[in-house]
Amino acid sequence: MGWFKRSKENISPESQKFDIPDGQWIKCNSCSEIIHRKQLELNAWVCPSCDYHFRIGSGEYISILFEKNSFKECDPKMKSGDPLEFTDTKKYSDRIKSTIKKSGLNDAVKTGLGMIGNKKVSFACMDFRFIGGSMGSVVGEKIARAIDRAYNEKIPMIIISQSGGARMMEGALSLMQMAKTSARLARLDDAGLPFISILTDPTTGGTTASYAMLGDIIIAEPKALIGFAGPRVIKQTIGKDLPEGFQSSEFLLEHGFVDYIVNRKNMKEKLSQTLEYLKK
Amino acid sequence: MKNVLDFEKPIIELEAKIAEMRKYEDKLQIEEEIKILEDKVYQLKKNVFQNLSRWQRVQLARHPERPYTLDYIYMITDDYVELHGDRYYGDDKAIVGGFATIDGRQVMIIGHQKGRDTKSNLYRNFGMPNPEGYRKALRLMKLAEKYNKPVITLLDTPGAFPGLEAEQNGQAEAIARNLLEMSRLKVPIIVTVIGEGASGGALGIGVGDRVMMLENTWYSVISPESCSSILWRSWEFKEQAAEALKLTAADLLKLKIIDRIIPEPLGGAHKDHQKTANTLKNILIEELDSLVKIKSDKLVNLRLEKFAKMGVYEE
Ligand SMILES: [Zn+2]
Repeated sequence: MGWFKRSKENISPESQKFDIPDGQWIKCNSCSEIIHRKQLELNAWVCPSCDYHFRIGSGEYISILFEKNSFKECDPKMKSGDPLEFTDTKKYSDRIKSTIKKSGLNDAVKTGLGMIGNKKVSFACMDFRFIGGSMGSVVGEKIARAIDRAYNEKIPMIIISQSGGARMMEGALSLMQMAKTSARLARLDDAGLPFISILTDPTTGGTTASYAMLGDIIIAEPKALIGFAGPRVIKQTIGKDLPEGFQSSEFLLEHGFVDYIVNRKNMKEKLSQTLEYLKK
Repeated sequence: MKNVLDFEKPIIELEAKIAEMRKYEDKLQIEEEIKILEDKVYQLKKNVFQNLSRWQRVQLARHPERPYTLDYIYMITDDYVELHGDRYYGDDKAIVGGFATIDGRQVMIIGHQKGRDTKSNLYRNFGMPNPEGYRKALRLMKLAEKYNKPVITLLDTPGAFPGLEAEQNGQAEAIARNLLEMSRLKVPIIVTVIGEGASGGALGIGVGDRVMMLENTWYSVISPESCSSILWRSWEFKEQAAEALKLTAADLLKLKIIDRIIPEPLGGAHKDHQKTANTLKNILIEELDSLVKIKSDKLVNLRLEKFAKMGVYEE
């Protein structure tokens, strides 16, 4: 199972590999089928033979979900400070610089406004390839502002999560982003406005324990790893192997924490269908 | 010596010597000598405790003789009615709470609870809550809101429990729900870190109008040990990780995450439970009396703004 192999990953800066390799012919991580890039792209980056969901970035999600040229990005230039002057084996400031260069992203979330069908929505999509999609001050602030845009324009908020959790290199400031974003969602909820949370592989830690689990509707892609604690930590704690499928989208659905699982190919349609009901 | 940290040793040895000498005070007329030793021990204490490394603070925060939530409740309140259970699943022993009276003021007080020995630690799950703990806390907070009682929370956890059942029952959802509901609770919330403030497990009862830390506590996104194991790929770099994470009360005050540091007696809270509790009590009363004056709508707005300001970024 694809998700099970990937469950070894955590928010360590080394695990930034992007699922889609370069080149015209791409081998499926799950069934090893060789697929043409164009065919994959037309299939929303889902393997046509086994439905394996390749991990994609915010740019790909925007083109899958939004009407052509309708998406306007907000706060694209916001970058991380280094408030703790954090250094582990490497300086955080250097890590940020090199990740920006390598990924072409300024941080781990893209936010903006756009049209899904004939509906204007405020949107945020995380990027796992930016330091494991970790949530620091930039992610927290951009998501908070995106929720404010939904609140001010009285439109739905949609967040796609893809994150190892809160970013260690900003210490308690990262932790407080959980409170900050949840408080904004409370205000959105009080205003009777919809919030849809979409969980993709992986969604763990502080991201799951804040906005990702607060949707009016919570949707997951198939076989994504979703949880609070990482599988390795749980395994260490209980001292035995985890049951197959533990912390998968299907596991969460079974235990009542996800409204439905949707194949990425059908995500836009299902989203539009659901949005129709989220109004008075 | 049991439960003594490395840097406490020289102090405790001197103190033991003084105690020994006191027994013979009358006979030997060594008052002068004792006086000199007492000065010496005071200077040593001051020296050690004013220059604690971040890791040493973490060690003090975990000191097995530190007062825990129930100790504070017994020392601070005149009356306490403990309430149990989340009404869905069970009663988590790692989070306790109930109605209490502090100097005539009725409040809801909720906190993480650690155990003091192996048996009570197993009972309390080492202060690591399961989802039902967070849900119990939320139930009590909503009850407080209904009867217009301010909420006091005491944070002291090595983290939310990373177990099979915890995941299955929605650990993440339980914490997330609390963040959302606490941010719009219509009564004042005062949060105090009394020991360990480990990540989401601590924050799950940590959103409030005032956030304070006792002097020798820590609060961060991850424990120094786990941070070391992930970023340094070894458990050996916990001291460096503690330094890097800037997790002490002084650090968090500087980062504008907390409002106030609650001083501990020289040598740490475990050296004088009653004195620590009295300080905490006075500060809680002061904060309570100022917060109850604010209208609930304004209070919730101020709370939203308080957390909105947290974060450092460039545009
Ligand atoms: Zn395949």
